[in-house]
Amino acid sequence: MPKIKSTARSPHVDMTPMVDLFTLLLTFFLLTATFIPIEPAQITIPSSVSEKTTPEHNLITIFIAPNKNIFFNFDDGKDTAYHYRANLLKAMGIQYKITFTPQELKKFTKLETFGMPMKDVKRWLDTEHPKDAEKMQTGIPMDSLDNQLAWWVRMARTVNPYAEVAIKADGDVVFPVIKKVLDLVQNNGVNRFNFITTYQKEEVGLKDLPK
Amino acid sequence: MAEIVQEEKRQKGAKKRPKRGVARVDMTPMVDLMALLLTFFMLTTAFSKPKVMVITMPEKNDKPHDQPKIAAARTLNILLADSDRVYFYMGVADPNKPPLPTLIKTNFSKDGIRRVLLEKNKDLFTKIAEYREARLKGKIVVADSTADSYIKKLKSDDNVGPIVLIKADDKAKYKDIVAIVDEMAITNIASYAIVDLSATEKDLLKSAPR
Repeated sequence: MPKIKSTARSPHVDMTPMVDLFTLLLTFFLLTATFIPIEPAQITIPSSVSEKTTPEHNLITIFIAPNKNIFFNFDDGKDTAYHYRANLLKAMGIQYKITFTPQELKKFTKLETFGMPMKDVKRWLDTEHPKDAEKMQTGIPMDSLDNQLAWWVRMARTVNPYAEVAIKADGDVVFPVIKKVLDLVQNNGVNRFNFITTYQKEEVGLKDLPK
Repeated sequence: MAEIVQEEKRQKGAKKRPKRGVARVDMTPMVDLMALLLTFFMLTTAFSKPKVMVITMPEKNDKPHDQPKIAAARTLNILLADSDRVYFYMGVADPNKPPLPTLIKTNFSKDGIRRVLLEKNKDLFTKIAEYREARLKGKIVVADSTADSYIKKLKSDDNVGPIVLIKADDKAKYKDIVAIVDEMAITNIASYAIVDLSATEKDLLKSAPR
């Protein structure tokens, strides 16, 4: 132990317990930190005063990129035993007459956001390298002849009737594109939308009332 | 700060170290870094959850004539166009009922559309703001859910405030819609809806001042 001199010197406080606690807390936060999932497109969302957090489970997320590409995400619900994602892919397979192998279903369950025409889904799932798979994310078509996005939403609602719909769109996308997505979701019986925004506080009180 | 005190051990046959006294390693930088990393992780895990703004769209009705009649005097129409342009007018734009209203240009600043909304919604806004401030100061002590349902009731009981119809043209941007719906929340508007632009309004927008 260091010798404490009797002359006027600042006392040496032993900081070992503090450093121990720091290490512990740091380890805890490091282990409980989750990584943001990689999204297929760079989207700059607008801001709002809303403080409500995004629901973690039972959510259908529709991404609208600045180049009007549409991507889709669907979570597995509170319990992975529900196999929501696998059931969704199976249902879409039946609709578009494509059979998916159990390995492809398993891989689909582990992935997150995706967006490509149905004819490319099998190829995307079979791609080994993530970089090649990234290039195949060209967006889900929603033209009137074959509105694939409408089918994805409809099947997702059938697989999980409790799923809410969230829209994550870039601020610069023109409104008609958003309106088209809103319309097709409304045709599937959902009228409540969650627009994902960043939080920006606006303090408006009685003092701001115009006289 | 914490110090590692290295004790010297004199062993027979070991390399003879010069007598230097104890070697002290100053741990200050390590603890600084740990404090920094800790703060970083504490804050990023708390803020990584994105927020949502909930919007309920009106039911898609194929029969527009079944829609409930709303008092034209209370209707505030907000029109959004390209390049962040905002216009508003009160009442209806019906070519069968002249004169057609003039569009008033405004903007998204706090002296723009917010001022208009606050003026028209003065009563309801005052009621809700007073309630919130009383809660903040501690004069009223209720649970959050009770406060939310009380404010909801105030909004549904209101029959004086404006009914806002938000309409966007083909070049309006998504962020403008989000900004306007945000203003609805900020100014405590009781009822608003996003509806389609009529042909009359499209013409009015074309001739509106830039």
